[in-house]
Amino acid sequence: MSAADKQIILDVQNVTMAFGGLVAVKDFSLQIRQNQLVGLIGPNGAGKTTVFNIITGQYRPTKGSIIFTGQDITGLNPSAVTKAGIARTFQNIRLFTSMTVLENVLVAYHCRLKSSVWSAFFALPSYRREDSLLRAKGMELLEQVDLAHLANEKAGALPYGQQRRLEIARALATGPRLLLLDEPAAGMNPEETAKLTNFIREIRDRFDLTVFLIEHDMSLVMKVCEEIRVLDYGQTIAHGTPAEIQQNARVIEAYLGEAEDHA
Amino acid sequence: MKQRTHMLLSIASLVMLGAVIWWANGNLNAYYTRVANTAAIYVVAAVSYNLINGTVGALSLGPNGFMALGGYTIALLMLPIAQKQMVYFLEPLIWPFSAFSLQPNYYLIGLILSGVIAALGAFLIGWPCLRLKGDYLAIATFGFGEIIFVLANNMLSVTNGALGIKGLPELTNLWWSWGMAAATIFIIKNVVNSSFGRAMRAVRDNEVAAEAMGINVSRTKMLAFLISGFFGGISGALMVMLISTISPTLFMFTMTFNLLIIVVLGGLGSITGATVTAVLFAVLQEVLRTVESPIDLGFIQWPGIPGMRMVVFSVLLILMMLFYRRGLFGSWEFSWEWLLSKLRRKEVPQCQQQINK
Repeated sequence: MSAADKQIILDVQNVTMAFGGLVAVKDFSLQIRQNQLVGLIGPNGAGKTTVFNIITGQYRPTKGSIIFTGQDITGLNPSAVTKAGIARTFQNIRLFTSMTVLENVLVAYHCRLKSSVWSAFFALPSYRREDSLLRAKGMELLEQVDLAHLANEKAGALPYGQQRRLEIARALATGPRLLLLDEPAAGMNPEETAKLTNFIREIRDRFDLTVFLIEHDMSLVMKVCEEIRVLDYGQTIAHGTPAEIQQNARVIEAYLGEAEDHA
Repeated sequence: MKQRTHMLLSIASLVMLGAVIWWANGNLNAYYTRVANTAAIYVVAAVSYNLINGTVGALSLGPNGFMALGGYTIALLMLPIAQKQMVYFLEPLIWPFSAFSLQPNYYLIGLILSGVIAALGAFLIGWPCLRLKGDYLAIATFGFGEIIFVLANNMLSVTNGALGIKGLPELTNLWWSWGMAAATIFIIKNVVNSSFGRAMRAVRDNEVAAEAMGINVSRTKMLAFLISGFFGGISGALMVMLISTISPTLFMFTMTFNLLIIVVLGGLGSITGATVTAVLFAVLQEVLRTVESPIDLGFIQWPGIPGMRMVVFSVLLILMMLFYRRGLFGSWEFSWEWLLSKLRRKEVPQCQQQINK
């Protein structure tokens, strides 16, 4: 695979996350190369979202460190991690529901705003110029993800599938190099999932992204991911290509329970 | 093109406001002028308070503290030196305030300094408290207001304690009050519509997501707090220079309660709502004086009960919460675009009539 010689963009080194006595993630390591599509699967409560929360700075890991594009981002707060170039979506959709679709995207541009507060106070021409530039950029992005016709709708009023799409668009607007998707296909029907599969590949190519995703829908994971990691009780129990994972005895055990001995 | 039309309309309405003030200065009696001034001051206070409670969605109960800080600052700056020596007879005023006083034509500088001091107070209280959420923030900011009250009562050499400061020049007139109201609305509207305002609304809608989108939540809240504190301080200063006296009881928790009524009745987050309701509140407060005076309806004798006005407002608030939770304006904002489209829609039938002919 050609990805092997690309540079490592994310390097998670021996991360452990303990909440009091409960160890949610234990000694987790992972390397993701530029433009890879990596999946993280595992039964419920395996610690997948915790891994995301550690990478994005929601949690500070008990042990271990996270290196992103050569820079140590362990313990940075979430907004600083986003500025460094990691964006995420949420398992339960977290849109700004009272704001319009366009505004949702514009919020994501805020962290790269150049104008000062003072120019915004008085709506100086310099500020207005940047704002209209951002609006144009936002509309362009919405067109690319097929949401432009809904730009002035309230985000909370969108149908479920489009809310998911908007969440991804909003994450893209922060200008990430690495995109973390937390169960993007949750609650989708097979048809919507198939669309999403294409969409993920499409944005990876168009925005030159690296994608790391958590998913329960195996049809999506197996189709989209080049490499898969399997977590169970906070520990990596397997990693490899989709084909390898499907054959792996420990994975099957984790998902289906221990095989009984045939007498 | 569209922006230019809107700007011209804004300028035209400012000129109109100027004309109205000019007319009012010659024709309104002192009582009506006082009500009009109070209305404008409530507009400044409510619109700035609304930025925290409505736009950022953090329940703060300390705007009376900001107003008090602004009020005392302006009083210390503007009180003539001779008057200072007379007022502070219990304990002399501390240096440097004892050594100087601003001339009345530096009123603008005094107002801005009052805002700055109040913003400083907002910074000091916001820094430890803004990481708190919901009820906790409410309690902490409530405590801030009370601290200011206690300090005002006891720091005799600065505030002259419970006796307060009297004999300030009456500098607030309709030009100042409504001019400041217009400036407050202009700046806060700009902030709310800017990228910074979008960040504030994002924090209100979903703090976790806002943070994940690269928004520094505590810095965003702090910005709102500082702006709100600044204009809160100015409103306090305007009020003090309107009634020419200040004492600790002027900015007690009831002031916060009034402002809370205004922003909730107007619709949390709506500048239009806060403005209109602030004016209505100031006017109703005067109109409702009748319910506090004895009424004789012939068959029933109504004794005057002081404080009855607040009962009316409280009942209004309860009714609003029961039947119309969004407030008078919800999150709706007045805009020229809306007005123009309304006017255009009215014109359409006329055109069609002509076509039909």
